[in-house]
Amino acid sequence: MSEQETEAGLAESLLRRAAPDRAEFEDLVIVPIFAVVVALVLGALTMLATNVDLPTIGKSYLALVQGSVGSLNALSETLTAAAPLTLAGLGIALGFRAGLFNIGAEGQLLVGGMAAVITGFSFPGLPMAIHLPLALLAGAVAGGLYAGIAGWLRAATGAHEVILTIMLNLIAFRLVDYMLRLPWVQREGRADPISRSVLTSAELPRIFTWLDPNLRLHLGIVLTLAAVLLVHWVLFRTKLGFEFRASGAGPDAARYAGMRAGLLIVIVMAFAGALAGLAGANQVLGVLGRATPGFSSGIGFDAIAVALLGRSHPWGVLAAGLLFGALEAGGRQMQVSAGVSLDLIGIIQALIIAFIAAPLLVRAIFPWGFRRAAKAPKE
Amino acid sequence: MDVELRGITKRFGPFTANRNVNLTIRAGEVLGLLGENGAGKSTLMTVLCGLYSPSEGEILIDGKPVRFAGPGDAIAAGIGMVHQHFMLIPVFTVAENVILGVEPTGRLDRLDLVTARAQVRAINETYGLEVDPDALVGDLPVGLQQRVEIIKVLFRSAELVIFDEPTAVLTPQEVEDFFKIVRSLRDDGKAIVFITHKLNEIIEIADRISVLRAGEIVGEGDPKALSEADLAEMMVGRPVSFTVDKAPFAPGEVLLEVDDLTVLRDDDSLAVDGLDLQVHRGEIVGIAGVQGNGQTALVEALTGLARIAGGTLRFAGGDITRASTRERHRLGIAHIPEDRQRTGLIPAFTIAENMVLDTYYDERFSAGPVIRWEAVNRAAARASIDFDVRTDSVFNAVGNLSGGNQQKVIIAREMSRDTQLLIAAQPTRGIDVGSIEYIHRRIAEARDEGDGVLIVSSELDEILALSDRIVVMFRGRIVAEFDGNDPHISKKAIGLAMAGATA
Repeated sequence: MSEQETEAGLAESLLRRAAPDRAEFEDLVIVPIFAVVVALVLGALTMLATNVDLPTIGKSYLALVQGSVGSLNALSETLTAAAPLTLAGLGIALGFRAGLFNIGAEGQLLVGGMAAVITGFSFPGLPMAIHLPLALLAGAVAGGLYAGIAGWLRAATGAHEVILTIMLNLIAFRLVDYMLRLPWVQREGRADPISRSVLTSAELPRIFTWLDPNLRLHLGIVLTLAAVLLVHWVLFRTKLGFEFRASGAGPDAARYAGMRAGLLIVIVMAFAGALAGLAGANQVLGVLGRATPGFSSGIGFDAIAVALLGRSHPWGVLAAGLLFGALEAGGRQMQVSAGVSLDLIGIIQALIIAFIAAPLLVRAIFPWGFRRAAKAPKE
Repeated sequence: MDVELRGITKRFGPFTANRNVNLTIRAGEVLGLLGENGAGKSTLMTVLCGLYSPSEGEILIDGKPVRFAGPGDAIAAGIGMVHQHFMLIPVFTVAENVILGVEPTGRLDRLDLVTARAQVRAINETYGLEVDPDALVGDLPVGLQQRVEIIKVLFRSAELVIFDEPTAVLTPQEVEDFFKIVRSLRDDGKAIVFITHKLNEIIEIADRISVLRAGEIVGEGDPKALSEADLAEMMVGRPVSFTVDKAPFAPGEVLLEVDDLTVLRDDDSLAVDGLDLQVHRGEIVGIAGVQGNGQTALVEALTGLARIAGGTLRFAGGDITRASTRERHRLGIAHIPEDRQRTGLIPAFTIAENMVLDTYYDERFSAGPVIRWEAVNRAAARASIDFDVRTDSVFNAVGNLSGGNQQKVIIAREMSRDTQLLIAAQPTRGIDVGSIEYIHRRIAEARDEGDGVLIVSSELDEILALSDRIVVMFRGRIVAEFDGNDPHISKKAIGLAMAGATA
C-alpha cells in the first residue's frame, strides 16, 4: 500500500514542470529588447553619418513613437499594418516548425489576393454574411493550392522548396500583371493594370469608425488573432501539429514512427499558403479595395523576418508582427514630420533582425543584462 | 614518458566531475581506464589534454609539474588523443588530413606535400598501419579512418596516446587489428591510455586497470587477476549479472515468416538477397553478422521503411509485404531502431513527447484531431518509473539524458503497448553495463510472455546471451544457423560464418 503511494507520489513529481529557465527568458525577452535598442542607436548613427543633425534625429524618433503608439489613429495604423505580416508570418513559422523554408509567402499572398479580389467584385447582390467569407475563403484556398504545388513537387521529386517557392513567386508576379489586363478583371475605362473594385458586401468592415471615422483598422485584425489561436492550437494540441513538429525536429525519427513525410510536406505547405493567401485577401478586402501590380508590397518577405523574430512560435509571431507593424506606421510618420527617409526604417528593421539572430553579440554588448553564462567555466 | 596525475579535482559550478584522482601512466604500458558513461573518464582526459585546467591538483611529466594553458601546450608536451568521433575532413587525402595545422611548408609558404607523404609512410611502416597517404579519407572504412587519427597523433610526436572508446565504431575484425596496433605502439615505448566501458576488451589489452565511478578512482588492478564480474561490480557499485535469466525455451507457432526477401540499396545493389527467416512466438532470434551485410536493410524492410523488391512477409498469418510502417505498428510490431539519436528519438522533444512518438494517434492518447496531453504525460510518468528512466520530470528534453536513459525511453515506448513481435537493432550499443543488464532482462521478459523477438547486434556476446536461435547474415543472406541454448556453442564457428567462411 505504502509502496503504491510512494510510486504515485513519484509519478506526480515527474509531472512537475521545471521553472522557466532564466536563460530561456533572457533569449525570449531580454535579447529582443536589447536588439531593438541597439538597432535604434545604430539607426541614429546612420542618420548622423548622412548629415542629419541631432535635433532632427530626436524629432524623428519621437515621430516614430507617436506614429506607432502615440494616438488612437497611430495604434489603428500599427494594427492595420501588423495584420497581414502576422498572418503570413504564421504560415512561414508553421513551415519552419516542420523543417520547411517557405520563401513563397509573397507569391501565395498575390495569388490569394487576386482570388479574393475576383470573388469580391464578381457577385453583386450577395449578402455580406455570404460574400465576405466567400472572398476570404477564395483567398485562403488559392494561396493554399499555390503553395501546395511547391509542397507536392518537393514531396514527389525532392526538388528543394526554397528554389520552388522563389520561382513560384516570380510566376505569381507576372500572373497578376497578366490578369490585371484581362477584360473581365481590369477596371472599365482604365488603360493601366488595375482591377475592378471590391464590392462593399465583400469588404472587411472597419471596426472603430464609431470612435473616429478616420480609423482604418478593419475586421482583419480579429481574423489575425483567430489565426494565431488556431495555429497555436494546431501546433501544440493536435495530432497534425505533433506530426509537423516531429518532422521538423527529427525527420528520420518521424518516418521511423510511421508518419508520412511526403503527405505532411504537402499539408504544411498548403496550410502555410492558405495563411499567406488570407494575408493577401486581408489587404485587398480590408485596405486596398482592388488589386494593382505588386500589391503585396514585400509583405511576404517581411513575414519571413517576422517568423524568425517570433522564433516560429504563434505568440512570438504576433509580437513580431506588431513590432513590424509599429515600425511601418511609425516610419511613415517619421518621414512626414522629420523628413527622414522611409528607407531608414528598413535599415532599423534589418539591424533588429541581425542582432536577434546573433544573441551572443547582444550578450557581449550588454554583459550586465544577463546572468553569467553557465557554460564550462574557465578557472 | 611517464605522466602522473596527482589529486586532480575538476568542478563545474556545484557539480564535481572528478574528485581527487591519482593516476600514473607509464611508458611502454597500456593503462585501461574503465567507467560507466558519465563517470568522469572524458573530463579527466580533457584535463590531461589541456582543454580544461583542473580545479585542484597537478600534472607531472617525468616527475616535473607542468601547466597547460590550452591543448597546444599538451600537444607540445607529447600528449595526443584519438577521439571517439573522428575529426577528419572527408574530401582531403590522408596526408592532407595528417598535416592539417602543422603543415610542412617550403619557400613562400608553399605546401610541401612530398615531405608530408614521406613522413606518413614512415609512420605507416613503423607501426604496420597500412594506410595509403593519397587515399581520400571519405573513401576509407571506419577502421582505417581511425588509423588516420592515430597517424595524426604520432605525426605530432606524441609519447602518450589516449584512445577514447576506440572500439565503439569497429567491427570485430577491425578490433583485432586495432589491438595489434596498440600493442606495437606500446612495444615502441609509448604510454597508452585506453578508455572504454567494455570489460572483455580492457582485460585483453590493458596492462593495468583503473576504474572510475562518479568521478573517483574506486579500484585499480592487474587485468590477469580480475574477472569481468569484479570489474563490473567496481564500475557499477553493485554485483552485475551477465547471464540473462529466461524461462525454458518453449516456442509457439510461427509469428513472422520472411520468404525470399530481396531489398535493394539506393544504388540498386542487393542489400538483402533472397532471404528466408522465421520467428516463432516465445523465441528470440539473434542475427549475427559484421555490419554492412544487409542487417539494416532487413530491419527496414520488416518495419515498412524500405521498399521490398521481391519476396513476401507474413505476420501472424496475414500478408504484410505492402503494409505501411504505421499499419505494422498497429498490428503489434515494435521496433527499437539502431540509431537512437537520429531514428529512435527526437532529442529536442520532451520525454513525454518521445514516449508517444509512434502511438500519439492511439485512442488512449487522442480524441478526434486533438492529442490528450494530460493522458500522455501521465502515461509517460508511469512508463518512466516502470522502465527505470532516470529523470526528474517528463518535460525534460530527451537529448539531455544519458545514452542508457535514452535507450530506456525507446524501450518503454515500444514495450508498454500491446505488441507481438519486437525487432531490436543494436539495443544496447554504447550504453552502460547497468542499463544493458536492465534492457536484456526486459527483452527476455517479452519473450517469456510469448512475444517473438528479433535481435540484430554487432556484439556477438549480446547475441549469445539472449538468443534461442542464432542466424548469421553475410552479404544479404543467411549463411549459418546455431542453437542459442546449446551450452557448447562455438563462438569460433559463428565468427567464421560472420567472416563468410562456409562450414
